Amino acid sequence: MSIERSEIEKLATLSRIAINEETISEVSQRLGSVLELVDQLQAVNTDGVEAMSHPMQATQRLREDEVTELNRREALQAIAPETEDGLFLVPKVIE
Amino acid sequence: MHNLTIAELVRGLQSKEFTSVELTQHFLDRIASLDPAYNAVITVTAEQALQAAAAADQRLAAGNAPDLCGVPILHKDIFCTEGVRTSCGSKMLDNFVPPYNATVVENFEQAGAVVLGKTNMDEFAMGSSNETSFYGPVKNPWATDSVPGGSSGGSAAAIAARLAPGATATDTGGSIRQPAALCGVSGIKPTYGRVSRWGMIAFASSLDQGGPMARTAEDCALLLNCMASYDDRDSTCIDREVPDYTANLNYSVKGLRIGVPKEYFSEGLHPGTEKAVRAALATLQEQGAELVEISLPNSALSVPAYYVIAPAEASANLSRFDGARYGYRCEDPKDLQDMYCRSRAEGFGEEVQRRILIGTYCLSAGYYDAYYGKAQQVRQLIQQDFVSAFENVDLIMGPTCPSPAFKFGAKGDDPVAMYLEDIYTIATNLAGLPGMSIPCGMVEDKPVGLQIIGNYFDEARILNAAHQFQQLSDWHTRAPEGIA
Amino acid sequence: MSWDVVIGLEIHVQLATKTKIFSGASTAFGAEPNTQACAIDLAMPGTLPVLNKQAVNYAIMFGLAIDAEIGKLSAFERKNYFYPDLPKGYQTTQLEKPIVGRGKVEIHLADGSSKEIRIHHAHLEEDAGKSLHEGNFNSNFSGIDLNRAGTPLIEIVTEPDMYSAEEAIAFAKKIHSIVTSIGICDGEMSQGSMRFDVNISVKPSGSDTLGTRTETKNLNSFKFMEEAIKREVARQIDVLEDGGSIVQETRLYNGETKVARSMRSKEEANDYRYFPCPDLLPVVVSDDQIAELRRNLPELPDARQARFVEQYSLSDYDAGILSSDAAMANYFEAVTSACSNAKLVANWIMGELAARLNNEDLSITSSPVSADQLAGLIVRIADNSISGKMAKEVFEAIWAGEGSADEIIEARGLKQVSDSGALEQMVVDVLAANQAMVDDYINSDEAKRKKKLGGFMGQIMKASKGQANPQQVNQILVKKLNERLK
Repeated sequence: MSIERSEIEKLATLSRIAINEETISEVSQRLGSVLELVDQLQAVNTDGVEAMSHPMQATQRLREDEVTELNRREALQAIAPETEDGLFLVPKVIE
Repeated sequence: MHNLTIAELVRGLQSKEFTSVELTQHFLDRIASLDPAYNAVITVTAEQALQAAAAADQRLAAGNAPDLCGVPILHKDIFCTEGVRTSCGSKMLDNFVPPYNATVVENFEQAGAVVLGKTNMDEFAMGSSNETSFYGPVKNPWATDSVPGGSSGGSAAAIAARLAPGATATDTGGSIRQPAALCGVSGIKPTYGRVSRWGMIAFASSLDQGGPMARTAEDCALLLNCMASYDDRDSTCIDREVPDYTANLNYSVKGLRIGVPKEYFSEGLHPGTEKAVRAALATLQEQGAELVEISLPNSALSVPAYYVIAPAEASANLSRFDGARYGYRCEDPKDLQDMYCRSRAEGFGEEVQRRILIGTYCLSAGYYDAYYGKAQQVRQLIQQDFVSAFENVDLIMGPTCPSPAFKFGAKGDDPVAMYLEDIYTIATNLAGLPGMSIPCGMVEDKPVGLQIIGNYFDEARILNAAHQFQQLSDWHTRAPEGIA
Repeated sequence: MSWDVVIGLEIHVQLATKTKIFSGASTAFGAEPNTQACAIDLAMPGTLPVLNKQAVNYAIMFGLAIDAEIGKLSAFERKNYFYPDLPKGYQTTQLEKPIVGRGKVEIHLADGSSKEIRIHHAHLEEDAGKSLHEGNFNSNFSGIDLNRAGTPLIEIVTEPDMYSAEEAIAFAKKIHSIVTSIGICDGEMSQGSMRFDVNISVKPSGSDTLGTRTETKNLNSFKFMEEAIKREVARQIDVLEDGGSIVQETRLYNGETKVARSMRSKEEANDYRYFPCPDLLPVVVSDDQIAELRRNLPELPDARQARFVEQYSLSDYDAGILSSDAAMANYFEAVTSACSNAKLVANWIMGELAARLNNEDLSITSSPVSADQLAGLIVRIADNSISGKMAKEVFEAIWAGEGSADEIIEARGLKQVSDSGALEQMVVDVLAANQAMVDDYINSDEAKRKKKLGGFMGQIMKASKGQANPQQVNQILVKKLNERLK
């Protein structure tokens, strides 16, 4: 099983991973082999089985609405690729 | 000193037979001289370790120091350490120095443990051979042409090579148990929610669980006492008292009902591994444990279900690595999309990229129900298998992995061959159950692991059985050639 | 050909919690960039969300206010997309199991009619940060401020039940009024506390089939929303009447330039890949918790309006306006309790104060004239200490921070002369000094005399330097002149 080139391109766009032209068929083939593995699920009868998102049947704990996180901008931005005046800089965002 | 267990080190430190500084220096020296051959440690924090050791010696001198005070350990490089690079085995985080600690790191810090450094791992914990690390593969101390297992291969190899007496690790689909098995050490993945995930870099949030590795079950119990805690910063952490895991170690296994799943002894299991595991079961049986053949009928589905759920969660968990706020950013991005696409293509390795693409595929419009939705249902079936099984047995035992450590590159081209390495370990992650691997034999001069799976929050019972087995065997005391 | 307009709204309401929905960082408005963005808000590796209890309570309160089913078991999903103001690369939101289910809201229209708008659901989610395109940085870059990232929102989604801009605006204002009345949102539109996405379609009058809709996003004022709807409706009708067809798309309306444009590029290849967030567990709401919140739910605008009519004898109209804005209603009640002259208070709030606030673009909560100060002024108007004209002067002085009404009246010597002896003497003196005018008055027809009073009034007010109580002067004057008629 292999995945169509256009599908790989779409996945790469959605996940923002540049895929180079030379490796695309290899990527397609390896993804296809994984999909063949997971396709075994299709044969299972799961009628009426509830989907399980969490291993434990616990419920969400709620936090009191109190400020516990103080300003640590300097420490947090010390490891940023590029900042200016307290802002994180990224290539221009075009809306 | 490096052949002493943690329990013995604790006694030695408390009785002032040696100081933590001496002990720390000894392990730092071993790392410096031996690790170039294994590549188990990514970052050594010698200076901080010696400072912490000096502080620990003061606490020890003052009396009333906690058990682990002054004991040197290593952290898997997936746990955030304030001021110390936390790479997660990835180029993406090669320059990442977190300004905060993981809860696990804090727990050990409070106990006075001494952190020698950070261990190598598969990139973002995605791998079963440690070959996906940006820092190069870890070599198995038992056979340096073979893999140590993964993703916690660095922790396992470091313990096997006596570079540290214990280490932290994480397990999403077998990442503690499989490398423990392949390196001949003991490691336990606790119940999901037992150990805080705060500051532990996420791979698949509903499967990830931190746990300890050491040479013995008793040492694992000592480490887990410290590692497990309730943490209100992790919504999935369970608010439940942490027992003293060493308390029950000496209970007899007499009357213990051990389930032996027939599906774990099927095609694909190395005969040598099977023989060693069966021998271990016989040993326990001789002590009065009862072996019960059981069935976990949906076992075969755990690998396909896992390879939908884990990549799906990972595809979202890894979106934050976008080059904007921290971590790797590509050179001279020509625009925003270029920054995203190239930073992620250059910063992530091949396996990580593959899993992100798979996860994206399984969640995308038109495929969600067939893959993700289906996998979530199958996950329920797999959990039910265990729930039913534990109505009749106390523990479940079998092999940790199908065969002993394989050679580098042996599973190179086909990702699925590698994924099948975790065929016996993945189901416990899907179910959220605790599982352990302890050494139980040797095949082709390489260690074999016995897997022990317990019911929810039954870590103490697993550790008890493991400890009892270790009272009757010496596999856990053996060292690779040239190590002792 | 005539057309029917169909409108549905999605309203983002920022909840007035002290901290973020999933972190303990402050949500206070106007802080320096990124000083309120903690490691969790920045999506640092290994950080995890924990849900804010107050955000959940506020969402439930909204549900109770619109008579909706409360989701006793709700869940969070991840909505995946890359954007620099979205640090995790996904928004944590609710899709399958929202916390607020179906509900309804009644709106009142200018023609006196009422209409019920159905709410499809409302869900909890986190806000994104902000991208700044201009600043002290290279123009090839954008600056990212994540202070707003993680601010709790409820997104309210309506059925397509509104058929004109007027109805949509009335609905939007009603929601504003509800959320501010129950105190779950500060209602500060200029700070982005409420933002509207408008889904608009048109269809031939009477047709049962809905037309293709467009979505105009992120409108943050009622005015812009009204303009955007009218322009979009006109555009769609133009396209259809020219034989074209409407493309389903997202549009952006710029309130400053009054131009809308398509964001089609952004829509392309969007596939949000929603799935249950594994870092958050199902949220369970107990019956006790709901009962408790219901018991403590502040008065809703409709109930408050009815009470204002009943308790303060206000007109429906006045009561409606005052109760539509919780802050204004609270202010009204504070002033009235301090001076007990509800009608006068209502007139001043809706008149002078509203106009002045509007001019300065201020909300009533930041009014320079406090409720106590306005009450002090109204007491002096009511007891005739000052004239209406003086009152405006005093109001301006209070606004300017010169002190209380009494202090200003004292300092400026504005006290109105109401001593009837003194006023009578003033009238007598003026009449004596203007015999010709008096004769003219006496000789005029009954009908014309009234008009001639003004001349005397002017003289008397001038003689009193404006401090005479005009009503009293008027009474005395008429009495004195009438005495001469006999």
